[in-house]
Amino acid sequence: MSALMAIKPDFDTTSPPPATAEATPLFELRGISKTFPGVKALDDVSFALWPGEVHMLLGENGAGKSSLMKVLCGAYQADAGEYFHEGEKVEIRTPADARKLGIAVIFQEFSLVPYLDVAQNIFLGREFPSRIPGLVDRKRLYREAQAVLDLIGLDIDPRTKVHALGVAQQQMVEIGKALSQNARILVMDEPTAALSDRETERLFEVMRQLQAKGVAIVYISHRMAEVFALGDRITVLRDGKLVGRARPGQTTPDELVRMMVGRTVDMSYPRNFAETPGEIALEVRGLSSKNGIRDIDLTVRAGEIVGLCGLVGSGRSEVARAIFGADEVTAGEISIFGKPRRGGPDAATMAGVGLIPESRKTEGLALIRTVADNLAVAGLPKLFPNKLFSPTQARRSAEELIKRLRIATPSPNQSVALLSGGNQQKVVIGKWLAAGTRLFIFDEPTRGIDVGAKAEIFALIDQLVADGAAVLMISSEQAEIVHVCDRAYVMRGKRIVGELSRSELSEENIVRMGMHHD
Amino acid sequence: MSIASDAATRPIGLHLSRETQQLAYRLLAVALLCLALSIATEAFFTANNILNVLRQASLLFFLASGLTLVILTGGLDLSVGANIGLSACFAATVIKATGSPALGTLTGLATGLAIGICNGLMVAKLRIPSFIATYGMLWVLHGITYYYMAGETIHGFPPGFRQIGSGYFLGVPIPVYLMLAFLLAGTIFAQRTIWGQQIYAIGANPVAARLTGIPVDRRLILVYAFSGAMAGVASIVFLARLNSAEGDIGEAMTLPAIAAALIGGASLFGGVGSVFGTFIGALILTLVLNGMNLLAVNANWQPLVTGLIVILAVWFDMVGRRRT
Repeated sequence: MSALMAIKPDFDTTSPPPATAEATPLFELRGISKTFPGVKALDDVSFALWPGEVHMLLGENGAGKSSLMKVLCGAYQADAGEYFHEGEKVEIRTPADARKLGIAVIFQEFSLVPYLDVAQNIFLGREFPSRIPGLVDRKRLYREAQAVLDLIGLDIDPRTKVHALGVAQQQMVEIGKALSQNARILVMDEPTAALSDRETERLFEVMRQLQAKGVAIVYISHRMAEVFALGDRITVLRDGKLVGRARPGQTTPDELVRMMVGRTVDMSYPRNFAETPGEIALEVRGLSSKNGIRDIDLTVRAGEIVGLCGLVGSGRSEVARAIFGADEVTAGEISIFGKPRRGGPDAATMAGVGLIPESRKTEGLALIRTVADNLAVAGLPKLFPNKLFSPTQARRSAEELIKRLRIATPSPNQSVALLSGGNQQKVVIGKWLAAGTRLFIFDEPTRGIDVGAKAEIFALIDQLVADGAAVLMISSEQAEIVHVCDRAYVMRGKRIVGELSRSELSEENIVRMGMHHD
Repeated sequence: MSIASDAATRPIGLHLSRETQQLAYRLLAVALLCLALSIATEAFFTANNILNVLRQASLLFFLASGLTLVILTGGLDLSVGANIGLSACFAATVIKATGSPALGTLTGLATGLAIGICNGLMVAKLRIPSFIATYGMLWVLHGITYYYMAGETIHGFPPGFRQIGSGYFLGVPIPVYLMLAFLLAGTIFAQRTIWGQQIYAIGANPVAARLTGIPVDRRLILVYAFSGAMAGVASIVFLARLNSAEGDIGEAMTLPAIAAALIGGASLFGGVGSVFGTFIGALILTLVLNGMNLLAVNANWQPLVTGLIVILAVWFDMVGRRRT
């Protein structure tokens, strides 16, 4: 958040957006509708983009943002509606049509080819022919790629293979690629979800340069601070319909949340702080692991939520993985409820530890399996001590968890891939409940989850500790740590650099401790 | 996010699970095949021929059932055919040397199991991709077998032993009973034990399986061991039926076994398939080849037809998956 505040002075959101300066919008959608069997994904949505504006697109998961983006980039064809490019009616039937109109979309899942280098990726399919037919003018390829990298201020060698880049750099390469195709409309889907504060700041700088060049940006975000810091205008979708338009200066986060969910949502974090924490659930002394963390000391007691904060890359997830036995420990001791922990994640699970990983789709769930399967998988040895599996009993246990966690699914046999992010997260939590877990390690528990579901997840975590569980929680949202945690450790450069008690917990203190001072 | 919004666009309703649907279609295919062959040739619907089909299917099924568990974890075992060769030769030697079919059978099973465990260790502990580990194993086993046999053939086993491959009980070939026993055991293991569930979970997402506390390495070793042991079983039945052992005895079996698993609905990506499906797959494959024989179709067409059925079955499942 501090990064956002830092850029505020030269980004005045109160001045009239460029929208008022030009008579015709750069691009306009009118009355777009798109129906899938059983669901109206987009219902009469109209939407205009002016050159040089950042247009925030808000909505809960499933509100129609992705569908709108896919219609815009030609991946879906709308059932009804018209498109206008600089006032002239145009057609978008294929992604090629959209590209020709200068529309580029940067999805959360990148489209880069990992084993090609940066330059080859930027000019994929548009390589410069050399004088000898069939060959590529490599000199020109790398020269042009360097020019693109200079434009976005990305300081990497264009010969670097993409798989060697971090997420943030890959994102920048995607943006560079879009710009090299003369994109005039850039659509970005939660671009900062995986970025550190510093990288976020860099991205915002590039966005501002693009704005100055007249590029229109559609920006999808779940982070209110970004919406207010960056947006010129805001459009809110709900259930496929456009339910509100606003300017940052004339609305409040609460109002936007109300539009998104269609009801008043308590943005506060449900938490009942206990007076006295219980026994020591987790004790870590002098822990170092193969993944680079050094000399970690920390304690978590039953009935406590302990935060683990710091910048992305400061080693938070590595601490979680080492405690859980997923990364090899090179030095130090970990004890769980007083007993030394040895072995891998299977031993940790037996000892009562559960990890809710950062990337729930790739690390937390088996997407091709059902809700019931996923809910049972961690608790199999506990649910079926005689090793014989009973589908009926598994289903009954799943139904109980679905009710208890209020997982929105038509049936335990629904494929878990079809659930929303919040409900998927509940399934990941549920599988540990079935396993009888008493120490929960949450890594970014609310990533990619919409506002309504976030509050539910926190209510759930609060209930866990009220029932005597211990929680270690990693989050990049400092507000979450401040509101939810009893205490927090702050990490920097793979070490713990400080501990903040409940009374010392504030966003400023976390940021101050976590920042590099070199 | 795209997944979540796609979810909203999908119609939701109660229906048979995809697996059940796929099995139902396959059973239908078996029924139609039988019907068509009964009409086309008189020789098909005779007790003799049906039992013959089942006996042929049984050998294929022994190999394919073990392989199915490997495929469920997202792996592949290319060494099963070569495994049969070595296991059969060792078993044959022991029977000849000791005169004891029991000792020989144990040797065959133990050889198969040991090879499977080696595969499992390579995949789980050395993290060699299963395709490569078992492909290497295939060559190693061929090498050992050829060196050991030096072009010789071992033949002539006690009648009691030969019963395993060519005997009958109540008019039904012994291998068919064995097939049904392993079908039941395999199905119970895969569907009704927590190990089976864990194997499905590993195939569906190995990373998530590990981070969910499943002892992935141990389960992987288990499935490769099982696949190896089933190759051992196949080697004994094969040996008893052929009454002779040669170095290249199982070489032609690996690819049909993979075909049976794929026709039965197993996905090479892991997490999808069943032992029962593979049973049906083995049945379909055997029925088609049997039908071609009865219809006097040139045997040289058999590989082509096998290939087409595999492609058709997988494509059919993909279309079904897209629709649901």
